[in-house]
Amino acid sequence: MSSTTEYIVHHLTHNNVLISGKSGGFWSIHMDTFSMSLLLGFVYLFIFTLLARRAKVENPGKLQLFFELILDMVSQQVKDVYSGGKSKVIVPLALTIFCWIFLMNLMDLLPVDLINFSNNMIGTPGAKWRAVPSADVNATFAMSLSVLILIIGYGIKAKGLGHWLYELISAPFGIYALPINLIFQLLELVTKPISLSLRLFGNMYAGELIFILIALLPWHSQWLLGVPWAIFHILIITLQAFIFMVLTIVYLSMATQKH
Amino acid sequence: MEINATLLGQAITFAILILFTMKFVWPPLNNMMEERAKRIADGLAAAEKGRHELAAAKSKIEEELRHVQLRATEIMGNAERRSDQIINEAKNCAIKETEKIHNAAMAQIEQEVTRSKEQLRMQVSDLVIKCAQQILKVEINQERHEAILASIKSEL
Repeated sequence: MSSTTEYIVHHLTHNNVLISGKSGGFWSIHMDTFSMSLLLGFVYLFIFTLLARRAKVENPGKLQLFFELILDMVSQQVKDVYSGGKSKVIVPLALTIFCWIFLMNLMDLLPVDLINFSNNMIGTPGAKWRAVPSADVNATFAMSLSVLILIIGYGIKAKGLGHWLYELISAPFGIYALPINLIFQLLELVTKPISLSLRLFGNMYAGELIFILIALLPWHSQWLLGVPWAIFHILIITLQAFIFMVLTIVYLSMATQKH
Repeated sequence: MEINATLLGQAITFAILILFTMKFVWPPLNNMMEERAKRIADGLAAAEKGRHELAAAKSKIEEELRHVQLRATEIMGNAERRSDQIINEAKNCAIKETEKIHNAAMAQIEQEVTRSKEQLRMQVSDLVIKCAQQILKVEINQERHEAILASIKSEL
């Protein structure tokens, strides 16, 4: 039984590199999350930059059409949802979020023991390496807090600093209910990134955990649960990326609307 | 679930990805797709314009055709009228000519008749005188009855 626990714990422990201070403090970094997401970010940029360079107005290839489908979906979502006028940031932001999160989530479909297998192959047996960056709260919070900064920035840009601060204390109950308004507004601001990041983190973490549990079954019956869960997970990873993107657009759209 | 400096690294990566997308990915792709949308819209507009032009040309052709038909009918009518006129004129002319010829012939005949009558009268009077001379050989004195004979001659 202890080996089972060890197996699970091993699979759920990050490759932690201390920068300074003592272990368990803030100044350490998850090398697995960081390098995997960076790599996937470069994969995304590489594909889309190549696409942008080779894009043709006439006679687009099948690959171009496929990526145009994604672009169209994203820009259509922005058009439908975002009501803050023209913005140079929002479509690239939404596209980045969707593609990056999708790629990070996609790592969930790698067999859970593939990393250990390759660790053994490259001569670092037993090294801890979690392949799914979006199952790390640091990754999801980094994105959602960046979105929070954008929400605040968009609000100030659309309303002006004075009006934005005024709304912080006057909406929704009027200026005389100042403390309640402030609490409500701050709660609203804070819950947005938390719900964004925890939703994505929870889904991916749970998905990963279930893959790990399935991996504990005898090898001849793993496919019975593994195949349906993997197929279901294809839907989930796409859906979670989509939800994160759409909610970001919605929040930014809300930030530009006056009360 | 521990928060650590990974968060900062992730945020920086995120920011870089967004900036790169804003600078190098989205604008060219967006331009390309807008260009294509514009071309499609232009093409559709051109097709629509072409259809309109075709319809206009068709109606113009029809009008022209109607006009031409009208003109043709008019020309045909004119030609018929003209030919009728020419025929009538020719007929009238022919009738006049015929009358003239007829009249001339009549006059000639009359003249001929008069001349023949004159000749005949001369011959008859000569014959009568000869007869009378034969009958009255003895009794008639040429000189005495000269006046009578002349009056008879003129009466014949």
